[in-house]
Amino acid sequence: MLDLVDETPRVRSLVLAVPGWPEHLAGQHVDVRLTAEDGYQAERSYSIASAPAGERLTLTVERLDDGEVSPYLAGELRAGDELELRGPIGGYFVWEGALGGPLLLVAGGSGICPLMAMLRLRQAAASAVPTRLLYSSRSLEDVIYRDELDRLVAMGSGLEVIHTLTRSIPEGWSGLHRRIDTAMLGAVAWPPAERPLIFVCGPTPLVESAAESLVNLGHEPAHIKTERFGPTGG
Amino acid sequence: MTEQELRLDGNAAAGLLQEIFVHEVTAARGACAACGSVGPMGAQHLYMSPRSPGAVLRCSACEGVLMVIVRAGGRFRLGLQGLVWIEMQDVDATS
Ligand SMILES: Cc1cc2nc3c(=O)[nH]c(=O)nc-3n(C[C@H](O)[C@H](O)[C@H](O)COP(=O)(O)OP(=O)(O)OC[C@H]3O[C@@H](n4cnc5c(N)ncnc54)[C@H](O)[C@@H]3O)c2cc1C
Ligand SMILES: [Zn+2]
Repeated sequence: MLDLVDETPRVRSLVLAVPGWPEHLAGQHVDVRLTAEDGYQAERSYSIASAPAGERLTLTVERLDDGEVSPYLAGELRAGDELELRGPIGGYFVWEGALGGPLLLVAGGSGICPLMAMLRLRQAAASAVPTRLLYSSRSLEDVIYRDELDRLVAMGSGLEVIHTLTRSIPEGWSGLHRRIDTAMLGAVAWPPAERPLIFVCGPTPLVESAAESLVNLGHEPAHIKTERFGPTGG
Repeated sequence: MTEQELRLDGNAAAGLLQEIFVHEVTAARGACAACGSVGPMGAQHLYMSPRSPGAVLRCSACEGVLMVIVRAGGRFRLGLQGLVWIEMQDVDATS
């Protein structure tokens, strides 16, 4: 464990150095295992948020106050502590530059993490694949990687980011202010005829409703890849 | 909490399956015995709770059970009753 970065009041990034780490693919995850002094073990999955870069990787964890594992990872853990993890894992929810686009990314809350790995890879590879990110957060201060996303957009490489805020909005907010729905996806997504590759990630209810909307809009189910994080968050 | 809210993607079982199989299984395609749908294992529905010793993979088209994995008592038990076949990359053949 090298470093900790507070992304939002409830979200912290862990920068890890893993000797012998085989290069991962954007979208893959790791399983983190915690072992208590009495031998009790708890294991959870966390997406790799960083682009492939040697033996370094970043996880970004949202703290759920009543959770078992996330309050430790995004609260008590200190730089220099050791962490047991298994990975990189998964060969399905992944994007590589060669897969092309256009690319439609849909995220809710911490569901941005594996999609951020894709955006960071896209940037590192100087890819110009047309890409749109529709990102739902509770409030502006809950937007993870807000500054970095702004910077990536400003580079003018064909990336557009559309934020929607589901709870509070700052004064003068002119953007979207509701949950992701069919009309919103219809307005943001490329027409199905352009055959976008679609990745949807976040809390299970958000992922299911977005995927259903996309199918109703005429997108091919085989082009819609989902990563459900479970019941909470977002 | 409803059953639907606890649903995950087959992809989330990749770590567990990695303990059993040599190859990456979530990118592998399989055929559902109940309805005949063919798709990647990572795209099927997974029911797996961190506090339970088992995981159930169901068909995303018909919710038929494809695979049951139980890890308990020092062993893995793999039930494959609902899977007609599963097809993975021959790692040696590619390249
Ligand atoms: C493939 C994958 C990738 C993921 N990537 C990330 C990531 O990058 N960042 C991130 O922050 N999270 C990620 N997650 C979610 C993460 O794995 C954990 O689920 C999350 O951190 C919560 O863990 P916890 O131990 O803190 O909470 P838990 O103790 O597991 O509880 C979580 C919450 O859900 C409720 N809950 C859980 N199970 C039940 C149940 N059966 N019945 C009723 N209530 C229940 C609890 O009350 C609590 O509020 C990912 C999940 C998956 C599957
Ligand atoms: Zn089926």
